[in-house]
Amino acid sequence: MTDANPVCGGAAQAAADGEGVDVAQVVGVVGKDAFARIVATLIRVTGDWTLAEDCAQEALTLALERWPAEGVPANPGGWLMTVARNRAIDVLRRVSTERRKLQELASLTLTDTGPAPVRKEDVVDDRLRLIFTCCHPALRLEARVALTLRTICGIPTADIARAFLVSESTMTRRLTRAKTKIADAGIPYRVPTGPALAERLPGVLAVLYLLFTRGYDAGGEPAFADEAIRLVRLLEQLMPDQPEISALLALFLFQHSRRDARRDADGNLLTLDKQDRSRWDHAAIAEGLEILARAGKNGPHARQDGPYALQARIAACHATATSADATDWPAIATWYDELARIQPSPVIELNRAVAHGYAYGPKAGLALVAAARAGGALDDYAPALAAEGDLTARAGDRDRAAALFRQAAALSHLEPERHALLDRADQLSS
Amino acid sequence: MKEREMKYMMFVCTDTEPDTDKADLPDIDTWVAENDARGRRLDGHELAATTTATTVRVRNGELLVSDGPFTETKEVIVGYDLLECADLDEAIEVARTHPMARAGRIELRPFADLPFRQRD
Repeated sequence: MTDANPVCGGAAQAAADGEGVDVAQVVGVVGKDAFARIVATLIRVTGDWTLAEDCAQEALTLALERWPAEGVPANPGGWLMTVARNRAIDVLRRVSTERRKLQELASLTLTDTGPAPVRKEDVVDDRLRLIFTCCHPALRLEARVALTLRTICGIPTADIARAFLVSESTMTRRLTRAKTKIADAGIPYRVPTGPALAERLPGVLAVLYLLFTRGYDAGGEPAFADEAIRLVRLLEQLMPDQPEISALLALFLFQHSRRDARRDADGNLLTLDKQDRSRWDHAAIAEGLEILARAGKNGPHARQDGPYALQARIAACHATATSADATDWPAIATWYDELARIQPSPVIELNRAVAHGYAYGPKAGLALVAAARAGGALDDYAPALAAEGDLTARAGDRDRAAALFRQAAALSHLEPERHALLDRADQLSS
Repeated sequence: MKEREMKYMMFVCTDTEPDTDKADLPDIDTWVAENDARGRRLDGHELAATTTATTVRVRNGELLVSDGPFTETKEVIVGYDLLECADLDEAIEVARTHPMARAGRIELRPFADLPFRQRD
């Protein structure tokens, strides 16, 4: 099933034609895309986020009740949309006399059996509108991520709350506050045009990046990484002339390709040099490389890589190395030089120092680490001390390196990481 | 939702961290003329210094009038403009071209009486 046609997904179609259909699975497959599409369309027409979500949810629930007995309709997405629309009409009839909204809802011509019930451009535009609205900079970053997960991905509030380490009622309040602000502050339900699009796109991509990271972090929920990839794929299809979108997709694919190789049998995270590269998803890497090549050639700023393109190029160097020793460190160092130039930050300076350390020897790396740490921003950052420790060890000063690893361990809050750092210190002292 | 006109109070404030860009600030008269002509600015004025402010309170039926407030903050409201815009994005567009968006900061607050509200 492709994101381009969320209405009649291939999986649902096959299921509808076949025998012994697992209805829950069909609702799961159709539902994910259908939910976002229905919510997006109902928000456009009614302007009411909660109503839109409730009606989409009710349509899914009704499908779960009915489809096992009655069979899956030929156009499950259209069926769900019809149910949700009728439900919205009922609610609006009861609570208000807002004739214009009712008329618009009624004019959404839907059938249970026909082809895609609304114009494809509307479907696509509605979802894109929804993404840009959820990611509006007038909302707090955390609210943007939560709202994106809830409204675009259809992830239950309880699951989002768990990922954010807050109670469900707290998350419900946050989501309600965000939706209320959208309505009360007049945040438009629209994809910005002209220069505003270029200004807002980085914010949207930052939310998707955060979403991916939440799925990829040590304790993260992997489903979030999948959702981030799904959304950036959708965005790439809808806005193919934006090289940073393509670059972000490539970056996600490279990182996600390592998902099965990142942990040992005990569940501990493995660094790149210790991973079994045969377990990387080489199809995903190939796709990432293809996208990156396309983005570099066709983009309007072909010679000016953005921050995601540079990160993707660095990730590509790692992904294509046949072994840790075969990594093209001079190339990585060059990309980090460029990244530090356009997006300077202490953490990027630190990564740059590490890359230079592998490319041009530990002394070169240590000089850059000292520069990165000069501002003091990395003083409490365990990876900074660990990186300095690694370079120091390779430069031959084992005692000082061991001390640095112990300092890093004292700063680390993650037990497996702390353990690994102390092990390293002990090896150097022995 | 295009037809929905929103009213925003635009508070013009100073900021302790103004823009460091050396380019000239936009012209306030041009800003006023343009937004008046487009019907997006309904009213507005610069305010006198906070040293001229008077605070009025009523507590237990008693009127309390005092000088000030003289808060320690250096970020104070120095003026206001009343805007009427289609949505927040238009209001942001109006605000960004005000000279004080760079010399200080702008706070946009929608009026609370809205044509329709979110169901909660």
